[in-house]
Amino acid sequence: MIDDSKPIFLQIAEMIENDIVDGVLAEEDQVPSTNEFAAFHRINPATAAKGVNRLVDDGILYKKRGIGMFVATGARAVLVGRRREDFYEQFVQPLAREARKLGIDGGQLAAMLARETAAAGENALQNPDMAAMAATLKEGAS
Amino acid sequence: MITPIVQVDKLTRHYRDVRALDGVSLTLEPDKIYGLLGRNGAGKTTLMSILTAQGFASSGDVRVFGEHPWENEKVLSRICFIRESQKYPDDFKPIHAFKAAALFFRNWDQDMAMQLAEDFQLPMKRRIKKLSRGQLSAVGVIIGLASRAELTFFDEPYLGLDAVARQLFYDRLLADYAEFPRTIVLSSHLIDEVANMLEHVIIIDKGKILLDEDAEAIRGTAFTLAGTRARVEGFAAGRTVLHREGIGSLVSLTLEGALSPGERREAQELGLEVVPVSLQQFVIRKTLDAGADLSGDADGAGAAAETSTRMGATR
Repeated sequence: MIDDSKPIFLQIAEMIENDIVDGVLAEEDQVPSTNEFAAFHRINPATAAKGVNRLVDDGILYKKRGIGMFVATGARAVLVGRRREDFYEQFVQPLAREARKLGIDGGQLAAMLARETAAAGENALQNPDMAAMAATLKEGAS
Repeated sequence: MITPIVQVDKLTRHYRDVRALDGVSLTLEPDKIYGLLGRNGAGKTTLMSILTAQGFASSGDVRVFGEHPWENEKVLSRICFIRESQKYPDDFKPIHAFKAAALFFRNWDQDMAMQLAEDFQLPMKRRIKKLSRGQLSAVGVIIGLASRAELTFFDEPYLGLDAVARQLFYDRLLADYAEFPRTIVLSSHLIDEVANMLEHVIIIDKGKILLDEDAEAIRGTAFTLAGTRARVEGFAAGRTVLHREGIGSLVSLTLEGALSPGERREAQELGLEVVPVSLQQFVIRKTLDAGADLSGDADGAGAAAETSTRMGATR
């Protein structure tokens, strides 16, 4: 949902990015038109266009003349790469901070994470990055 | 350089000893949705009346489509002005009002008017005099939308319209604007309802322009910080305080500027709550501060006398 914390065009761009990362929008899928975004979120069409154009400039979306906007091949990998860079600061540090506050030590935190990833199912377990992430967490909490 | 639709230069309007407009200068660019915001009596209606040649200027220059609007049929046929209390001839029914509008507005869309009348459940063959307040507003809203005038003013068009009908108005306005871009000036007190539709915001107060800014540039330019007094004050040091509220050891400050991700984390670590400021709250702060500021700081940057302001060179 749109809120007042930052410009709406940034929020639109982030929503599209989220959909690409989540796989809701696959590569080479057509994204909704700016007018559809505007109508759905009840925002100014020029603002919606600004959000979409930001992703075009960024190479995440591309324009097919007379047809619409599409997700570029390789867009997901680019977005996932960027988010991993931010992952430690945005998620691990706050988690470790809260854990410290509550007296949860690194081992306990890693155990919780292992439990959570196991619960998240096969997909998570197969992710080769999970072990590395758990190690990062442990480091952050101690 | 985009040719402006409207150019206003040092416009002043006196009513006896009251300055309804006091040196207003602004431009409106084509195909944007403007929000004209301000308190009752701020001068919004006076400004729109002069732009649509329904009122006189005392001094200053007004150009609409590059020409003076007064008794200028060429200009006026491209403008639609829907007033809060639009008057119609006594024996008119909505169907007559629409026929008259169809003759006057060259882009008039009769099918759209009929569809809107159905959506608003407007009794077409009842005399306008006998309509409810909301139905009367619906007549104006329908004319404003179906006229598709290049420059359309809606001055508080929703009096008596319920929430469902207002949403219908906003949705149709956005949809039709997307298909047929044009310049729309929306004067509204229900700022939260219209905020996300606006591309540009003009705040007027006591006849003066207080703020003239892209809506997107306003978003995220202020935030409210709440928590224990010492921590909030410590964190806020060096920032401009727009507003201050407190109860006991708790304090809530509305601060100008944005937080970097690092600062946001720092605030979280201190256990402070960071809340975004809506456009409506922003307008309230700006107009209240301007009202309290006896020095008459026209750009509204000066904070109210009761708020302690610290202009920080660094943060």
